[in-house]
Amino acid sequence: MTYQPQSDFGTPASKSEQLATLTIDGRIVTVPSGTSVMRAAAMNGTSIPKLCATDSVNSFGSCRLCLIEIDGRKGTPASCTTPAEDGMIVHTQTPRLAKLRKGVMELYISDHPLDCLTCGANGDCELQDQAGAVGLRDVRYGEGANHLGQAKDHSNPYFDYDPSKCIACSRCIRACDEVQGTLALTMDGRGFASHISAGLASENFLSSECVSCGACVQACPTATLIEKKVVEIGTPERSVVTTCAYCGVGCTFRAEMRGEQLVRMVPNKEGKANRGHSCVKGRFAWGYAQHRERILKPMIRAAISDPWREVEWEEALSYAASELKRIADKYGKQALGGITSSRCTNEETFLVQKLVRAGFGNNNVDTCARVCHSPTGYGLKTTFGTSAGTQDFDSVEDSDVILLIGANPTDGHPVFASRMKRRLRGKNGNDGAKLIVVDPRRIDMVRTPHIEADHHLPLRPGTNVAVLTAMAHVIVTEGLADEAFIRERCDWDEYCHWAEFVSDKRHAPETLEPVTMVPAADLRAAARLFATRPNGAIYYGLGVTEHSQGSSTVMAIANLAMATGNIGRRGVGVNPLRGQNNVQGACDMGSFPHELPGYRHISDAATRSLFEADWGVPLDPEPGLRIPNMLDAAVDGVFKALYCQGEDILQSDPNTQHVSAGLAAMECVIVHDLFLNETANYAHIFLPGSTFLEKNGTFTNAERRIQPVRKVMSPMNGLEDWEVTQRLAQAMGLDWNYRHPSEIMDEIARLTPTFAGVSFARLDQEGSLQWPVNDAAPDGSPIMHVDGFVRGKGKFVVTDYVPTDEKTGPRFPLLLTTGRILSHYNVGAQTRRTENVAWHPEDLLEIHPNDAEDRGIKSGDWVKLASRSGETTLRAAVTDRVAPGVVYTTFHHPATQANVVTSDYSDWATNCPEYKVTAVQISASNGPTDWQESYESQAASSRRIIAVPAE
Amino acid sequence: MTTIERLVYMANQIAANLATDEDPAGAVAEHIALFWDPRMKKLIFDHDSGGLSPVAAAAIHQLAQKQNGG
Ligand code: SF4
Ligand code: SF4
Ligand code: SF4
Ligand code: FES
Repeated sequence: MTYQPQSDFGTPASKSEQLATLTIDGRIVTVPSGTSVMRAAAMNGTSIPKLCATDSVNSFGSCRLCLIEIDGRKGTPASCTTPAEDGMIVHTQTPRLAKLRKGVMELYISDHPLDCLTCGANGDCELQDQAGAVGLRDVRYGEGANHLGQAKDHSNPYFDYDPSKCIACSRCIRACDEVQGTLALTMDGRGFASHISAGLASENFLSSECVSCGACVQACPTATLIEKKVVEIGTPERSVVTTCAYCGVGCTFRAEMRGEQLVRMVPNKEGKANRGHSCVKGRFAWGYAQHRERILKPMIRAAISDPWREVEWEEALSYAASELKRIADKYGKQALGGITSSRCTNEETFLVQKLVRAGFGNNNVDTCARVCHSPTGYGLKTTFGTSAGTQDFDSVEDSDVILLIGANPTDGHPVFASRMKRRLRGKNGNDGAKLIVVDPRRIDMVRTPHIEADHHLPLRPGTNVAVLTAMAHVIVTEGLADEAFIRERCDWDEYCHWAEFVSDKRHAPETLEPVTMVPAADLRAAARLFATRPNGAIYYGLGVTEHSQGSSTVMAIANLAMATGNIGRRGVGVNPLRGQNNVQGACDMGSFPHELPGYRHISDAATRSLFEADWGVPLDPEPGLRIPNMLDAAVDGVFKALYCQGEDILQSDPNTQHVSAGLAAMECVIVHDLFLNETANYAHIFLPGSTFLEKNGTFTNAERRIQPVRKVMSPMNGLEDWEVTQRLAQAMGLDWNYRHPSEIMDEIARLTPTFAGVSFARLDQEGSLQWPVNDAAPDGSPIMHVDGFVRGKGKFVVTDYVPTDEKTGPRFPLLLTTGRILSHYNVGAQTRRTENVAWHPEDLLEIHPNDAEDRGIKSGDWVKLASRSGETTLRAAVTDRVAPGVVYTTFHHPATQANVVTSDYSDWATNCPEYKVTAVQISASNGPTDWQESYESQAASSRRIIAVPAE
Repeated sequence: MTTIERLVYMANQIAANLATDEDPAGAVAEHIALFWDPRMKKLIFDHDSGGLSPVAAAAIHQLAQKQNGG
């Protein structure tokens, strides 16, 4: 297969439903009105020469290469800016046009270095292509004034900027403005002196506002903006479409390859989640896949104080199986369990839960979704009947007001943030959507170029339920509820009960203001705005779920959406923004201890017998242990063995000291991962994992969209992850014989009604499918609950505000809340092993100037962060992004150990840890704490490997 | 926190959050039946109900009877 660049129609598609029919070079074509002549021609197979147009951005009409002639019109208009009209007769190739185009091209080339043979983009350069297309063979202008020899900007770790090669087409600027929405680039100077600049003239890319999304690099027709990897390796020869393994947006990419070497990841224009866009992680941060710290050989050891010993797969797996059997015999089968990760594919997760339920003989399986979105599962299942977001991402294009609560999309879900920003900016002079942000911190969305939130409610961490109930109070008592919708779609009696509850004076914004710290007038105005615009959509993230009332908050959100009639059509809905790539899939695949795939409770005999018949073993009807309960049981001495796939519980779970005590009490900890992660410090068996580039499978993004992950290179560790789990199962005597993950998906489809119509063949055909995919919806379901809720009638659940027990006091007067940053992912195991560290080399503590001054702290100082659980040190950043009394940090670096300080409190319904609220004190410090140092030395000694067996 | 202290805490927390239900004790009992593993249930059934809120204690009593009876 030879390399084919993605097709480029020159200008964006028109959404008009009206049609225009015209003739181009004698051939008739019918297109939606508003389509440019350039695009119409391209749709008809005619490519008009162009330089400044590309279909990811609006046309600009500056290069004058795309000229055409139209019968009955004077002159030679630019085809990229001329809309197709009914009856038009267009000529794209005439002697006059050829001459004009040659002249234009000649001017460009005369000011362009002629080093094509040694240029990194040779063969992948539009300037080169177009010079050929217009038949330019020689250049008449001699050496005159030109832009050659200007200094290159190498500051960005992933792409170079070489101004000498710039043709000032402004595609990069438009991409940054329109596609990414960062507006980092400007054109400085005019005419001949014009050049691109990232922010201030003195700045370079790295120190500018640029977030390294790569949109400009992709838009650039020349080698001016070019991936460093292309310069280093050469242009690609083939490409494979696959799905990003970082976040729940689920961007699809073309992995562009040279042999088995990945040259670059280019966002896929056909990708329905990303529509051709990407962020720095998926686009560039894949270097970890070949990082020297990756473990490629299985390793075992008798005790965690021993160094690791490398062994062959056979030995590692039979040792693991014998240990698991020994422990089951000695302590009973309940002593075993497994943890899957939302980083893993659906097929891998399915196998791990199957191994636990059918092989270990209990239901002690959990997923790291426990610590992020388990309340979403509980809350949406209770109110709507299914544990998933209600919309596709495209839906945001029709929203009139967006309520963003506890989510920071520009950092956590960057590509969706760009799409949301585009809707907020409006277009063609039409107003954008209104925005309400509920967040303790002034996230970027509150104020970013061309966007200003209509309301920012900076609530006190931990008071989400109070704020949402107060909003409901305003909506109900001011008569803004959509009673017609409620009568038709929800249980009316339950609504009345709820309405009475929220109408109580104690839920008025004025009464709750001292608790929430949100000014009542602002809250009232925000509630009115949300209730009165036609389409209101709610987007939320971990700032909702990671609380002692996470599940209640999700239900309060669902109540609000139902009360305002905002469910079941485009532009509305309840949308959880998922953290990791496959949180949705991990939950769908039955990795929670109480439910089988498809959210069916393990106590349900009918479902159980379906699985029992297929798997040929009886299943335990009692729910198993969740991660925190596993650790408790381990400390109590009754839980002894853990298979942990792709998840670093020691770093990502709360109260690190409790987790390490639990792990230390186990006799067999099997870690299956890419790197010796923190959990592996307590492991006895290490099974090396494969990266998403090395395996086949599927991920399901936050829109319920199931998308293929395709193997583009052989696994460096020898086995794909699903094969490792299968080999472990076989070593334990289970008769598993999957030859390919597609067969695992067939089993999932066979056993799960919402996946009935899913298969790899279907996914190859369609690109992606949004579950449910069944007889009622053979092509999937972009929007849910269209004609009725999955559970029948929507259920209003009374959610009373119960304050968290994590309270501030004289010793711990500040509230710590945690979050993430654009350039890193979760615990950072991958991104820390890429050049992304250029943007975020360490975790910082954000503190308000008043609180900092009281403590004599300046930006950059080391500070001690202490809570009732423990203490750690990091550097301070003094900023008014956080309110007085609130401090904030990220948790991407193990050295920070932010979870040493987080508490043991968790969501009442799901035990999702309360990461977002910890009472802390901050004080000046000179460096790492004793705990950090002793942890470091334990970690260092635990990571020792001896390559050859000791004699 | 020991395991039993944590279980008591969890039961009370569930009870506090389901206090507005029509049948709070029944709702708490159902929640525990659906989400706790057998050992956790046994530990709390065997516990002398010290520290449990009235709703939580009633729920656990109800559930213990049901499980022992059935
Ligand atoms: S990489 Fe993205 S953010 Fe940076 S300048 Fe280019 S388009 Fe703008
Ligand atoms: S950097 Fe590339 S995209 Fe930007 S103006 Fe120059 S040639 Fe055009
Ligand atoms: S990390 Fe998320 S937003 Fe970024 S490229 Fe990957 S899926 Fe897209
Ligand atoms: S492509 Fe139309 S003017 Fe440049």
